[in-house]
Amino acid sequence: MILCLVEPGELSLEALTFARRLGTVRAFSIEACEEYAPGAWAAAIVQLIERHSPEAVVAAGSDRGQEAMAHAAARLDLALAANCISAELDDPMTVVRQRWGGSLLEEAELSGRVKLLTVAPHAIAAEPDVAEIEVEPFVPTLSEADLAVRVARREEPQTGAISLTDARVVVGGGRGVGSAEGFALLEELAALLGGAVGGSRVVTNLGWRDHSDQVGQTGARIAPDLYIACGISGAIQHIVGCKGAKRILAINKDRDAPIVARADYAVVGDLHEIVPAVIAELRR
Amino acid sequence: MAAHGGSATALTLGPPEAAEQLRNALAMGAESAILLETDGRDWDSQATAAAIVEATRGGGYDLLLFGNESADSGGYQVGIRVAHALGLPCVTGIKSIAVENGVATVRREAGGGWEIFEVALPAVLTVKEGINLPRYLSLPGRLRAKKTEIRRDVPTPVPGGLTKLRLVVPEDEGSRVEFLGEGPTAAPRVVEVLRELGIG
Repeated sequence: MILCLVEPGELSLEALTFARRLGTVRAFSIEACEEYAPGAWAAAIVQLIERHSPEAVVAAGSDRGQEAMAHAAARLDLALAANCISAELDDPMTVVRQRWGGSLLEEAELSGRVKLLTVAPHAIAAEPDVAEIEVEPFVPTLSEADLAVRVARREEPQTGAISLTDARVVVGGGRGVGSAEGFALLEELAALLGGAVGGSRVVTNLGWRDHSDQVGQTGARIAPDLYIACGISGAIQHIVGCKGAKRILAINKDRDAPIVARADYAVVGDLHEIVPAVIAELRR
Repeated sequence: MAAHGGSATALTLGPPEAAEQLRNALAMGAESAILLETDGRDWDSQATAAAIVEATRGGGYDLLLFGNESADSGGYQVGIRVAHALGLPCVTGIKSIAVENGVATVRREAGGGWEIFEVALPAVLTVKEGINLPRYLSLPGRLRAKKTEIRRDVPTPVPGGLTKLRLVVPEDEGSRVEFLGEGPTAAPRVVEVLRELGIG
């Protein structure tokens, strides 16, 4: 039996799809405590393993999935294969996992009495019918120690702001935007399309945008319906962050820029002329 | 760190060439450095964590800072394993930290907002890029770094459960790009495509 942890969101559907390819799935959601505590989730995973003796535990490669599985692995002194894209249920298990954010793949052997895996985000397509798999709520028995580290308080996102990871459309800017002020144009386009604005590592390092707006291996991994990359050359670290997009439109002076080769659509030219023309056309 | 009158030790596990990264850390202001020297083979997360635990146990550190994940292997777990072995609290993926009266208040991004944790030191924290901008290396810093002796330990890897067999370059899907035109005259065609996609 394969045990799959489910939390709200698309990534858990990918994890369920992955888990079902390995065998019979039982899906659980963790109902631990009011405020998130990594130790409580780890305790829940350990108790689920004791109770159900699964061959493997699969979780989404979300922040919580990675964190809780690593805590559980540490408690059980078991290996954890993070960011897997496929696996064969042998002993040892053979897994294929992403390295360098997916620009390289590693084939590895995973051993241990229970195999712990997380699934690389946006690397496999969720099969729609996995949403019908019954998800059983699990309430773990917790000690004080499990709750020692927990969220003390939250700052909610600004109301009305669309987050990069949830946006249907993301307008991204790179060095070609030229300045912090240059992003006003991209903001305007994003607002017209109901989208969010992101940036490459160059623009966050230059201070043109906040680091939280960075799309890439060390920033946000986005998966919008459309990513409009303006003045972004498309270094591999950036591609890692935006390859989850269903479609990419590149606006770039250089028709040989790497982003153009990865795009579905491209317009060659100066974004400072093209973006205003697109905005005007949208407003007609 | 300077604000709290502390000192920092930089540590890495890797081949002899990794000493170069430690020299950079020394030049930026770390007081001492430890190289856990390997023969260049990959160490999995369990072996890496065990060697770091061995090297830092009893060191009297108030704070152990790790990267949230390595850029290459991306295991997301070494800091957590070290925290567990040392019996220390751990918060991962943090983007800001403030220490007051022995308590670290740390923030991490969650769903467009922030999760805030308060942990008593000693603690393990794993940081994400963007928490700060590393300072430039100064000439006096470089000179000091050159003179500082790096402590070298040669640990033996404990057997772990994840063994690399080989690395594969993913298949290139090939370009499928459709050029919509050049310059601002492409705007009508761009908007047509947006509308076909149900956007705008």
